[in-house]
Amino acid sequence: MSEGTQILVTSDRDVVTARQQGRALALQAGFSDSEATLIATAISELARNIVSYARQGTVTFKSLNGHKGAVGLKIVAADSGPGIADVSQALRDGFSSSGGLGLGLPGVKRLMDEFDIASRVGSGTTVTVTKWRT
Amino acid sequence: MVNRERTAPKEIIPQRSRTIAELPPRESQTELLRELVGHLRQNRTLLREEWVARIGEARLLAAMTQEEIFQEATSVYDSYVAVLETGSVDDLTAYARNLSERIIPRGVETNEVVGIVLLLRDVLARSLFAKYQSDFEKLNRVLDAYEPAANRIANTVAVGFVQERERVIRQQQEAIRELSTPVLQVRERLLILPIIGVIDPQRARQLTEQLLRGIRTNRAKVVVIDITGVAAMDATVANHLVQTVEASRLLGATVIVTGLSPEIAQTLVTIGVDLGKMNTVGDLQGGIEQAERLLGYKVVLS
Amino acid sequence: MQVPILKQGHVLIATIQAALSDADLLELRSALVHQVVRYRSEGVIVDVTAMDVMDSFASRTLLEISHMIRLRGADTVIVGIQPDVAFAMVQLGLTLEDIPTALDLEEGLAYLQHRSKTIN
Repeated sequence: MSEGTQILVTSDRDVVTARQQGRALALQAGFSDSEATLIATAISELARNIVSYARQGTVTFKSLNGHKGAVGLKIVAADSGPGIADVSQALRDGFSSSGGLGLGLPGVKRLMDEFDIASRVGSGTTVTVTKWRT
Repeated sequence: MVNRERTAPKEIIPQRSRTIAELPPRESQTELLRELVGHLRQNRTLLREEWVARIGEARLLAAMTQEEIFQEATSVYDSYVAVLETGSVDDLTAYARNLSERIIPRGVETNEVVGIVLLLRDVLARSLFAKYQSDFEKLNRVLDAYEPAANRIANTVAVGFVQERERVIRQQQEAIRELSTPVLQVRERLLILPIIGVIDPQRARQLTEQLLRGIRTNRAKVVVIDITGVAAMDATVANHLVQTVEASRLLGATVIVTGLSPEIAQTLVTIGVDLGKMNTVGDLQGGIEQAERLLGYKVVLS
Repeated sequence: MQVPILKQGHVLIATIQAALSDADLLELRSALVHQVVRYRSEGVIVDVTAMDVMDSFASRTLLEISHMIRLRGADTVIVGIQPDVAFAMVQLGLTLEDIPTALDLEEGLAYLQHRSKTIN
C-alpha cells in the first residue's frame, strides 16, 4: 500500500481519478466492497468541492494502524482556496435529505468514521476523514 | 637488521594473498544465483524427496495425504527456485495465496506452513554446503546470494498465508452476522425483514446492507420491515430506518413499515420524518396484505 | 466518451459506463433531450448499473435530465443503482427525489409499459 499517495486535483477528471485511487487503496487494505464505495463517494464529494470552490488542491491517502490491529484509511483533502466563512453552518443539516446541494460536508461526515475540518477565509480549507475497517 | 622471510604454510594461504592479476574474476551476484539455481534444478528430485521426508519427520501437514504433500511440495519447490532465479516475488505471492486458499479449509495451521518453508530453506542450504564445502570463500559468496532471497521467500509465503487466513475469518464472521439477521422471502418479489431487540448503529447498517442485497437478489418490489419487536429507537437508528427506506426505493422497491409503536413514531417525527410520506401499517399481517395488494395478488371481485 | 443511447420503440435506453466525467454527463443530458424530441419518445431509461459511485453532481444531473425530459412529455426511469451505491447515496442525502427507479432494465421497461397503458 502506497503511503502518502497524493493526487493533484484541478478538474472533474481528477475527481474520478481520486475516487478510483481511493477505492483501490481501500480494497487493498482489506475494506469490503461496500465500505470501499462509501470511501470512494466521500472522496468524490471532497475532491469535487476542491474543484468547484478552490479550483485546485490535493487529495492525500494514508494507511493507518490503530489499536489491536485496526486498519484504517485516512484521506486529506486540502486546498488554498477562499476558505469557508462559517464552518458550523456548512456542517449543519438535519438528517433529512438536502438534495445534494452545497458542500455536502454533513453527508461526507456520515459516510466516514472520523471527520475534521480546518478552514480560514483567504487561506484555504483542509478536510481530514478517516474510515476504519470493521 | 634481521631479514625475515614470512611464509605461511601452503595450505592456509587464502586466495586473497595472490596477486590481483592471478585472481580469477569474481562471479557477480547474478552469476552466483544462476549457478545455484542450476544446482537446485539439477538435484530437484533428490532435494524434494529429502524435504518431503523432513516434513513427515516433523509431523507437519498431517491433514494432507502423501500424494497431496508430494504435489504441493513439487509446486512449492519449483516456485521457490523460480523466485531465486527471477528475483520477483509476484508469482510467488500469487502462488502463496492460491495455496493458502486450498489448504486453509483443510485445517493447515500457520506454524505448519512456516515450518515447511523453513525446512525447504534448510534442505537447500545444506545442499549448498555440501556442494561448495571445499571452497570456503565461494560458499560464503553463494550463501550471501542465497540467504536474503531465501528469507524473503519464507516471509512472502508466511505473510500470504496469514493474510488469506484473516480474509477467511472475516468472511466467516460476516456470514455469522448475516445468519443472525435473516431477510425472508415470503412470496415472489416480497421480502420481510423482522427486526427484533436492540439495534446499535453497526447492526442497523448491516441490516440495511443485507436488505439492499436481498432486494437485488430476490428482485423484490415490496419490502415489509416489521419493528414490532423493537422496544425503543434513538435518533441515530431511526435515521438508519429512514435511510433504509430511501435506499430501497432507489432499487425500485417500496417499503412498508409495520409495528410502529407510538414512541418510535414520536422519534421519527422528532428527527423530521414526514410520517405521511412513509408507508406504515399497524401490524405485520396488515403489512403483508398491503404488500400483496401492491403486488397485485389480490383479485378484486366486482 | 459518449454514452450509447439505444432506441427501442417509444423508449430510449442510455447505458452509462463507469468513470464518466462531468462533461460526459452533461453531454448525455443534451443528447437525451434532443433524441426525445427527434423520436417523440415516451420514455427514457438511464441504466446506471456500471456506475460505481453516485455523487452530488451525478445525482443533480440525473434530476435535471428527468425534468428536462418531462418538459417534453416523456418519463424517465433510473435503473440499476447498486446496493452499495444506494447506501452511500442516502448517507449523502441524495435521494433522486421523485424520479422513478427500478431494479434493472427489465423492470424499467415494465414500468414504462405500465405507465403508457395507464395513460393511453
